[in-house]
Amino acid sequence: MGAIFSFFAVIILVLLAFIGVGAANLHFLFGVIIPYAAFVTFTLGIIYRVIKWARSPVPFRIPTTGGQQKSLPWIKQNKLDNPSSTLGVVGRMALEVLFFRSLFRNTKTELREGPKLAHGSDKWLWLAGIAFHWSFLIILLRHIRLFAEPSPFYLYVLESLDGFLQIGAPRLFMTGIILLLAVTYLFLRRLYIPQVRYISLASDYFPLFLILGIAATGILMRYFFKVNVVGVKELTMGLVNFNPKIPQGIDVIFYIHLFLISVLFAYFPFSKLVHMAGVFLSPTRNLANNNRIVRHINPWNYPVKVHTYEEYEDEFRGKMKQSGIPVEKE
Amino acid sequence: MATKAKPPKPEDLSKIDYKPPKTKWMDTPAEFKPGMYCYGTRPKYLEAVDFPNPREWSSSEEDWKLPENWKEIVLEGIKERLSKYRTFHIFMDICVRCGACADKCHFFLGSGDPKNMPVLRAELIRSVYRKYFTGSGKILGKLAGARELTYDVLKEWWYYFYQCTECRRCSLFCPYGIDQAEITIIGRELLNLLGLNTDWIAGPVANCYKKGNHLGLEPHTLKSNIEFMIDDIETITGIRIEPTFNRKGAEILFVTPSGDLFGDPGIYTAMGYLMLFHELGLDYTWSTYASEGGNFGFFTSNEMAKRLHYKIYAEAKRLKVKWILGGECGHMWRLVHQYLDTWHGPADFLEVPVSPVTGTKFENAKSARMVHVAEFAADLIRHGKLKLDPRRNDHLKVTWHDSCNTARGMGILEEPRYIIKNVCNYFYEMPDNTIRERTLCCGSGSGLNAGENMELRMRGGFPRANAVKYVRERYGVNILANMCAIDRAALPPLMDYWVPGVRVAGLHELVGNALVMKGEKERTTDLRLEPLPGKEAKEDV
Ligand code: SF4
Ligand code: SF4
Repeated sequence: MGAIFSFFAVIILVLLAFIGVGAANLHFLFGVIIPYAAFVTFTLGIIYRVIKWARSPVPFRIPTTGGQQKSLPWIKQNKLDNPSSTLGVVGRMALEVLFFRSLFRNTKTELREGPKLAHGSDKWLWLAGIAFHWSFLIILLRHIRLFAEPSPFYLYVLESLDGFLQIGAPRLFMTGIILLLAVTYLFLRRLYIPQVRYISLASDYFPLFLILGIAATGILMRYFFKVNVVGVKELTMGLVNFNPKIPQGIDVIFYIHLFLISVLFAYFPFSKLVHMAGVFLSPTRNLANNNRIVRHINPWNYPVKVHTYEEYEDEFRGKMKQSGIPVEKE
Repeated sequence: MATKAKPPKPEDLSKIDYKPPKTKWMDTPAEFKPGMYCYGTRPKYLEAVDFPNPREWSSSEEDWKLPENWKEIVLEGIKERLSKYRTFHIFMDICVRCGACADKCHFFLGSGDPKNMPVLRAELIRSVYRKYFTGSGKILGKLAGARELTYDVLKEWWYYFYQCTECRRCSLFCPYGIDQAEITIIGRELLNLLGLNTDWIAGPVANCYKKGNHLGLEPHTLKSNIEFMIDDIETITGIRIEPTFNRKGAEILFVTPSGDLFGDPGIYTAMGYLMLFHELGLDYTWSTYASEGGNFGFFTSNEMAKRLHYKIYAEAKRLKVKWILGGECGHMWRLVHQYLDTWHGPADFLEVPVSPVTGTKFENAKSARMVHVAEFAADLIRHGKLKLDPRRNDHLKVTWHDSCNTARGMGILEEPRYIIKNVCNYFYEMPDNTIRERTLCCGSGSGLNAGENMELRMRGGFPRANAVKYVRERYGVNILANMCAIDRAALPPLMDYWVPGVRVAGLHELVGNALVMKGEKERTTDLRLEPLPGKEAKEDV
């Protein structure tokens, strides 16, 4: 249900851009206004979300510890999975954000005859996740070419690395292919693993289809339709220089691509995609496990009603004296 | 009251169907299966600690006797907690439903019920959050995964938040560290706003508040329980130990869960402490007031947990000790480690703990000033301060169960292993993916080890038991050692059910067995008064 709904939602988006530009000639709307609006929504939205989270305090230091604690000097601490210093936390977060450390740990448990539960290592989700995110990032970086004049030096390096399989005239970028494969895998696993299908919402399928659409239009544009790159660059440079203009002769597929990207950007802050920002703020990961070493302050700590020793002794004084336990008041 | 259901036979219970039902989860109402939940609480327990809405009620009946405005109370409660806990706020927003946590929960592995997948357990509350606190949920409703808070939804929360042991295994595997334990804790807080607790949790809370410990042991009973142990120790070793109670000016206050003072196998662990401290000539005291390290308040609300843990520092201050030593317990240590100093610190009336025997300064307890007995003992052994005869444990083939709280809330993994390797000759690890930080829960933590939910416990403990079975079959393991009082209460029935022949012991029981004490007579039995290997014959003569 969710999958079908999301699929059609993306189709409708494609049609919107197709009709909007191809038939109704709304070039300025799709080429300038919507991209600007999306960018503003994205930026303000993310800032709003992060501020909102950050305003909720972290009352307790509750890292999930993934290895040996810091204790006696001769016991080897696991400094990355159970950090006790800021440096260790930075290391832990870097592993988490750049290499998906926790997912790397993933296991798959199966019930066999016996009954036996077998917990085997399972790296597929990690692999697809990392392939997807890294290729997405590289593709994003490659697109800086469209927003900077002259292109920064590192882009040439990136492009020659990415395109080292020199096939055909426009260099074949591996990241495009990897992204397509990874997204497809992520989609198929949602459909085929019964548990994952069971928990999936429309909002899980929608970004997948959206990204699939973006990648597909991108590839089509580059290798098959050969859009007018000079024109595209003119448009994008106009956008960054706040001097927007609509050059002639850009194929409608470009506008579809741009529109889907705009939707993705605008959708970002209001969806689960904010995990990109949230991962940095997760208190089970970004705190040092030095709870007994340094006192952590809870900003809303308040006094509570307790049962004091005096009250306790008042109740049990007789019994305490009888059994020879010292008391404060005779 | 619900009927007490006997769990099905292991053969039947282990036929688990992991396929989710045909109907979508929002359209699949929670079915209250006897044996899978605890009795609702009696009013007297709630009254004892001024909890809201005390009343006679039963979770198996239609009407839960909620206040008129229950919905507002819950929604207001959510709002308040979103503003107080960044965890809660973030965990409501960033889950991508990747499912990595799904098969990490022992309750899902043991029941196949999809609502026991941590991600879905979280969605139970997240769906309501979306409906009332997010724009997309308000507008798109079900399509955005949002739903109304109804009476049935509330019941579903109750059923499933009391099917989570707050073990945090899911959190370890989640790419964002989303911790269902944290969500469960908050979910239970919300339920407690309406007086929706369980008897097995609220009872110990009331007891602990008034009498100092969960079991409600009064000062004289507590003392006499320990005296029974001392008699046994004398029988075994010929040495008479004389511990003190509530003694002012002692150097160290010792706090342990009351489970160690009552019933087996907990008492053997306590005998181990008594023997160890006596042998060292430690200047320490027990307290009848702070006679509980465990904290069932943690299973109701943060505030109640704080009210119960207050005693530890207060008593240390009254008795003017230098520092505090803590016994073997799981959630007690999660709270000591992660909360105590924040709640009741700074503990500047204490000193930074120094072992009077080895001179080691416990730098890792510099601020909280409370040391785990395994840290303390490992240091003693390392410095050669104990005379140990591991052969006395030769009748035991030992495996080690890392308690969830100390493993994933502290990371105390090597200390106990170091101790075991020094006091036992036969030690075998369970498979890698089931130990250390990946350890599997006993299935009865966080106040679930009642009698009426036996099926739930046997299901939840199935993955743990299964790993024990592996080492039992392979190496003939017959002892499952651990350092948690709930484990010592929960694991014996679990073993009897799934892996008969494996018994349960605390770490310091094994220490007590191996400890060679000055002036002891030749030992013929272990702490359980069972003959030592090679000594059976002598006994018979
Ligand atoms: S592993 Fe984390 S992000 Fe993935 S479904 Fe579970 S809670 Fe959500
Ligand atoms: S905290 Fe433990 S019991 Fe609760 S959902 Fe996570 S894995 Fe399951």
